[in-house]
Amino acid sequence: MALHPILAALRKHKSGVVLISMQIALTLAIVCNAIFIIGQRIDRVNRLTGLDEGNLFLVTQQWVGAPSGDDPAGVEKLDSMQKEDLVALRTLPDVASVASINSLPLLNSSSNGEISLKPGATESKGNTRTTFYFGDEQMLSTLGLRLIAGRAFNTGDIQHHSFRDQTEPSIVIVTKPIADKLFPQGSAVGKVMYLDGGTTPTTIIGVVERLQVPGSGSWTNNFAYNATLEPTRIDHNYARYVVRAKPGRLEAAMRAIPPTLYKVNPLRVLDDDSVKSFADIRASAYRADIGMAILMGVVCLILLGVTAAGIVGLTSFWVGQRHRQIGVRRALGARKIDILHYFQIENLMIAGIGAVIGVLLALGLNAWLMQHFEMDRIPLAYVLVGLVALVILGQVAVFVPARRASNVSPVEATRAA
Amino acid sequence: MFAYYLELALRSLKRSPGLTILMVLSIGFGVAASMTTYSVFRAVSGDPIPWKSSQLFVPQIDMWGPTGRGDDGEPPVAMDYTDAMKLMRDHRAKLQSAMYQVSPSIVPADASKHPINVSGHAVYSEFFPMLDVPFKYGNGWSADDDEQRAAVVVISSKLNEKLFGGANSVGKTVNVEGKDYRVVGVTNDWNPQPRFYDVVNSGGFSTGLDDVFLPFERAIALSIPNDGNTNCNAIPAESGFVGLQHSSCVWIAYMAELDDAATASTYKAYLDGYAHQQQQSGRFAWAPNNRLRNLPDWLDSQHVVPSDTKVSLLVALGLLIVCLVNTAGLLLAKFLRRSSEIGVRRALGAQRLSIYAQFLTEAGMIGLAGGVLGLLLTGVGVASVGWVLPKDIAALARVDLMLLAMTLLIAVVATLLAGLYPTFRAARVQPAWQLKSN
Repeated sequence: MALHPILAALRKHKSGVVLISMQIALTLAIVCNAIFIIGQRIDRVNRLTGLDEGNLFLVTQQWVGAPSGDDPAGVEKLDSMQKEDLVALRTLPDVASVASINSLPLLNSSSNGEISLKPGATESKGNTRTTFYFGDEQMLSTLGLRLIAGRAFNTGDIQHHSFRDQTEPSIVIVTKPIADKLFPQGSAVGKVMYLDGGTTPTTIIGVVERLQVPGSGSWTNNFAYNATLEPTRIDHNYARYVVRAKPGRLEAAMRAIPPTLYKVNPLRVLDDDSVKSFADIRASAYRADIGMAILMGVVCLILLGVTAAGIVGLTSFWVGQRHRQIGVRRALGARKIDILHYFQIENLMIAGIGAVIGVLLALGLNAWLMQHFEMDRIPLAYVLVGLVALVILGQVAVFVPARRASNVSPVEATRAA
Repeated sequence: MFAYYLELALRSLKRSPGLTILMVLSIGFGVAASMTTYSVFRAVSGDPIPWKSSQLFVPQIDMWGPTGRGDDGEPPVAMDYTDAMKLMRDHRAKLQSAMYQVSPSIVPADASKHPINVSGHAVYSEFFPMLDVPFKYGNGWSADDDEQRAAVVVISSKLNEKLFGGANSVGKTVNVEGKDYRVVGVTNDWNPQPRFYDVVNSGGFSTGLDDVFLPFERAIALSIPNDGNTNCNAIPAESGFVGLQHSSCVWIAYMAELDDAATASTYKAYLDGYAHQQQQSGRFAWAPNNRLRNLPDWLDSQHVVPSDTKVSLLVALGLLIVCLVNTAGLLLAKFLRRSSEIGVRRALGAQRLSIYAQFLTEAGMIGLAGGVLGLLLTGVGVASVGWVLPKDIAALARVDLMLLAMTLLIAVVATLLAGLYPTFRAARVQPAWQLKSN
């Protein structure tokens, strides 16, 4: 089919063609970037925490008028209160296991620091960033972490100290990314390292496969799976317990917590947020990401809808305007399929031009977003898929008016406009 | 004449209902998406204390030196105890307060009720006049109370409702962390967003509000723990809360009121002088690297407006532009199709200006209809941000008269703009040409 008549006709509607291809270009630019944002957010939300998340929940509670924990007697008192709670929780019928813990992945409450292979190396470039999890001997089993080397903590390993006590532990368990970074050759188990620029050596006794840090913001991106587990119960005016309920008994176990703890000691604060399932912790950590993905999705749908409708509308108009010419062509022997193809190819050209400009705009918009916001470079695949998708959208949108055009009878040629 | 154009426009719109609906939908969705995201942006980017924000300053002192600075060379965003206390003692600003976030328990007088947990700040007496905190009952405490470490407390009207049924509780007693405090004031629904006096710990916005304010030095003396962030550049040499006070760890927010630029530069010079003195005494091994930003600049530097909010607004504006281009294309096709009608009107003596008036009236009507649809959709949009956005931010977005007026105005003005080029083309139609071709 000759392109010449199509080009000649397009030249007659210059401004209409410019407007519709501009619309397609802008749509492509925005949709590509929006879908890229959606993809990134989905990737974030799908990150594994390393926990066995089902049946897991967290209890956060605060004692009223508790000792400050700044003197040894206060620390001992706080620790015995914590142990009392743990014993009471462990005897509950719906509870499988309980551990003392300072935080959980996605909880956004964390204690972070650095690891070095040399003693006293504060703030030096070669240090490895890490988050610290403090817990007792049931921490690994309750969280459902996978130990890939060495051993877990046993009862004899567990220390306790106050929240602000900076004593370095003699043994720790680290995650695989830390082990791999510090000891690229050979096993990390049994090796020595130094925490937070201290001079007390700490020995690695085990390696777990994966454990995410508590922070979910972008500031944790460069150490998202660097976690160090210390065999320590932290004694403070509040305490956290992570509980694994027996399968299918999550709600029952959660309901049983407040009465049990109040029975042990009524002078404490337990509010609506004190007993929280891990599913809820996950949902609130990623709420903003999911919201952004939904918002971008809605915008994309509206954009594609508006653009498709615009193509239908404009093509319908052109078909109406060219009724007579179509009749003439039909009378001169053009088949229905020729008329159909004419409008399809016309649209392909317009959408094609728009999409090519759109690719440039998409890359430009992405570069601008990268400069002003935390955004990564858009992979070319996204843009190319967007290009193909918009061209297909154009073809789908043009089909109905084009078919109507192909149904114009040759008799039209003889009628006055 | 306008009535005639309205009639012509109505007739034209009725002639192609599908196209009309398409344009109205396009404008409606475009405007609604923009206004919904704008309502969120407006909520988070607002000035929390517009009458005074340019007089409130946040000083930053570089007590960590080069190793503790970010890539941008900025000093820590909070203060350590030593420097905060020095600034309080020197008292160089008109009003000032160091503060730290606390989360004490409150034991209700009614023994059958369980203790509750509240959030709040330990502050100095000048906090209340400096931030123009509105009081429902009573007032803040005095400088004397600061010094005496008096057991006084300011509570929120919400906590007052919970503990005292909303009655005037000034002079009554509240049990905070196991100790009795005398209520001196009840704030009147004071919950500024962003929580500008401590954005480092609130991240800007929060669903809860500060329920209690305690005297700073009393809170320190009673070791009421800091509930906000503690950032350390080095491990504290001593343990415990006292160890924290002696360390260079930063955990205290600070704000000062300085009335004009001259006072502000004097204060900055004072800060630099202090840092210089610390350098000479050997505590700092680096040249002064302090900052003194007024509140708007401070909020900006702390990125209080979430970047998601900005990106959403931009994307929605992009959507609006696409919708307008779409409308422009459709209007162009529609107007040019009526070339013969235009030719007849022009031949019968209609001025170009009349053609402009006629077609812009038509565009304006589409804009108005799109705006009305946009109003409905904006209402739906703002109502549903609650289950898309984080609660603290979603709660701030609201529909008001201003937003509604803007929705309508933007819809009409934008559609008129979109109709400008099609109208220009329509007005250029040559009457002779059109009449001949028929």
